Parts: sequence; structure tokens; C-alpha cells
Amino acid sequence: MSSWGVALFNRDLRLSVRIGGSALVGVLFFLAVVTVIPFGVGPDLNLLARIGPAILWIGALLATLLGLDRLFQADREDGTLDLMLMAGRPLELVVLIKCLAHWVATGLPLVVAAPLLGIFLNLDPVAMGAVTLTLLVGTPALTLIGAIGAALTVSLRRGGLLLAVLVIPLAIPVLIFGVSAADAAIHDPVPFLTPFLILTALSLIAAVVGPVAAAMALRFSAD
Amino acid sequence: MAIWDYANPTRFLRLVQIVLPWLTGLCVLAFAAGLYMSFFVAPDDYQQGDTVRIMYIHVPAAWLSMMCYSIMAVSSLGTLVWKHPLADVSAKCAAPIGAAFTFMALVTGSLWGKPMWGTYWVWDARLTSVLVLLIMYLGLMTLWRTMEDPIKAGKAAAILTLVGALNLPVIKFSVDWWNTLHQPASVIRMDGPTIHPDILWPLLVMAVAFTLLFFVLHLMAMRNEILRRRVRAMRLRAASAAQPGTAAATAQPAE
Repeated sequence: MSSWGVALFNRDLRLSVRIGGSALVGVLFFLAVVTVIPFGVGPDLNLLARIGPAILWIGALLATLLGLDRLFQADREDGTLDLMLMAGRPLELVVLIKCLAHWVATGLPLVVAAPLLGIFLNLDPVAMGAVTLTLLVGTPALTLIGAIGAALTVSLRRGGLLLAVLVIPLAIPVLIFGVSAADAAIHDPVPFLTPFLILTALSLIAAVVGPVAAAMALRFSAD
Repeated sequence: MAIWDYANPTRFLRLVQIVLPWLTGLCVLAFAAGLYMSFFVAPDDYQQGDTVRIMYIHVPAAWLSMMCYSIMAVSSLGTLVWKHPLADVSAKCAAPIGAAFTFMALVTGSLWGKPMWGTYWVWDARLTSVLVLLIMYLGLMTLWRTMEDPIKAGKAAAILTLVGALNLPVIKFSVDWWNTLHQPASVIRMDGPTIHPDILWPLLVMAVAFTLLFFVLHLMAMRNEILRRRVRAMRLRAASAAQPGTAAATAQPAE
């Protein structure tokens, strides 16, 4: 990675972590979702332990979706995006680096928070480890797929809701394999590695499709 | 190349004018034959009784819902790769028709499911993937509606359509992995259809009728969209003529 890539990564990371950035709000939202679920389904600890991985995954999906609308919009508002388009660097790589920085600022905290929230949901240590591992592998896919939606809705003033509607269908496979890998780790007879490897594959595919499609959408939105 | 001859909207409109009456007539005939066959010729199922006739609407609608997305995907390729001026018109007009067919497949399916499975809805793999398809159609239509410039909206929607086309097999596969209850495909198979010909023929005639209906509606919608864009371009020109000094209206390729 050349120096401009590192500079871009550092810039994006710094912007989203410091005041005015919304990186840690995502974790708060994650906590709020997990807190609200027991009010909806009842405080039965056995039930919560059974659906715990699913709750954590859905919470992570929603938290990721909420943070996505700032991925390109802030840069568009202050004109940075136009500079990036004219910089002569491969835009796909720019998008990939931005997604990486966005994931480190918003996705990684969710992964770190997952074991703690697992305690609330009565998950045993194996399940906690499995959910955390699947989130670590799967949330990059959510960010990368979401980048497509963020790029498509970048010119809309209130694109956040539409973004979620566009991205959720594309994120279904990630959710299915993330939750089934976590469940497989808890219930012994089902192999853990099969869904987990498919989840990894989905992340890798998203790393190719996401930046290419998002870069194309950004180019079209500019001219 | 023939398809480029109709890149000119006026020429395309002339073609529509010639083709549409014939196509409409064929469609009406096919529906008359198909409906007659499915209501009076096709036998009752020995288990399902008369409810089996829902299938003659349900299965063609489900096929069409997929064909419609394929046409949108090909049109999106036309927009992005060949920059065919009518490709985004075609994609935009196919989306609501596809959504309607998908909705029809879901509704007739659940009406059939109530007496057969005892419930209107089950979270079975096929039903779920069709529901996801419906959400994707509606999302695409919303994307078109939220952007004012039809050319920009067409490009954005084309990207999303292609990403969706890449993703649909993955979604289908993962939902199959997740849960399966629906009966497997029984018409298109390697070793020939497993349906009795008495039921298969009405079904095929209905499928042809639905396909013709799609093309009739699609051509009508494309004609309306082209006219709508002309009206828009005329209004823009009139507005810029009324207020000299402002930027001149940009020419629309679909004029």
C-alpha cells in the first residue's frame, strides 16, 4: 500500500473517531437494540441463550446500516469526494480504503462489544467466541455491500432509509451464514467450518463487488 | 445491428404502433384459450380438487417474475456497457410489471397454501426468496422515484440491478440452505417433466399468455415513458425560454 492509501486511511479513521464523527454511537445503538429485545420476547434466559447469536447479528446489521449513510455523504458535502474523483488514483481502491477505515471505526467496535453483550444474553463462552468470530469475519461484508447503497444514495438528501431498504436484501446471505455458523458452534453435530468458510467467501466476494460497483455509482453521481 | 436501428425513439414508437395491436390480439387469444383449458379442460387433482387451478395463475406469474428481472438485468447491461438510449427506459418500465407479477405469485401462492398447508405463509426457502425479490423490485422502483434526472436515476438503478442479479443466485442458495419445504421444480428437469400432460398443456398455454401480456404491458409502458420524457424536456425548454439568462435545458437522449 502506497503512502496516499495510508494517509487516506488515517484521515478517514481520525474523522470518524473524533468529535463530530459517529463511530461510537453505533456501539451505543447496538447496546440499545440488545437491551430492547428482552422487553419484546420476555426475560427468559434459556430463550435468550437460544436466540442470542441471532440478536447480536441483527443488532450488528442494524448498527452497520445506520452508520453507512455518512460513508460518502460527508465527503460529498465538503467537496472532498470531487477531489478524490479527480485525483487520478483508482477509485475502486479509494472506496476499498474508505470502507476499511469505516469498518475499523464502526464495525470493529461492534465485534469487540459482542462478547460483553453476550453476557446479557446468557451465552456460554463457546457461543460467545463463535459469535464474535463470525462477526469479525462477517461485518466487513456488511460494510462493503453497504458501500454500494451508500454510493447510490449519496446525492439524495435523506438517503438513509432508502439505503437500508436497498442493502438489506443483499445482506441476507451474510446474515444467514453468520447466524448458522454461530449456531453450529453451539449445537455440536452440525459442522461449524462449512458455514463459516462460506461466510468468509461472502466477505471476499463483497470486497470485490462492493468497491467496483460503489466506484461506478460515485462516478455517475458526480457527472 | 437491428437493435441499434431502434435506438431512435421515434422509430421505436413507430414499431410499437405496428406491433402492439397484433401482440394485444395474440395475448387475448392466448388468455382465452389458456383460461378455458385451465377451467374446463384440465382435470381436478385427486387430492387438491379445484384448488389445483390456482397453479395456472401462480406458476406463470412466478416464472414471469424471474424473467422480468432477467430482462431488467440485460437492459442494465445495455445502459452501462452499450449506452443504448432505450435500455434504461426498458429497465424502468419492466420493474413495476415484475413487481406486480411477483406480488401475484405471492398472493396466489398463499391463497393456495391456506387449504393445502393450513397456513397462508411459511418461511420456506422459495417463498422467502420470492419475497426478497419483491423487496428488491420495490427498492429499485423507489430509487428511480427519488432521483429527478431520469438519466442519472437510470444509471444508478442499472448498477443496483446488476449487483442484484449477481446476488440473487447467492440469496437463493443461502435461503435454500436455511430452510426448504416447497416442492422442487417439476416442469423443467433433465429427465422430462413430472406433470401429467393434461395439466401441463394448460399450464404452458397460460405461460405463453402471461409472457405475451408482459410484452404488451412493457411496450405500452415504454411508449408512455418516452412520451413522458418528451413532455419533461419540452417543459424544461419552455421554462428556460420564459426565463432567459438561466441555464438552457439539457437535451435528453431519449427525445
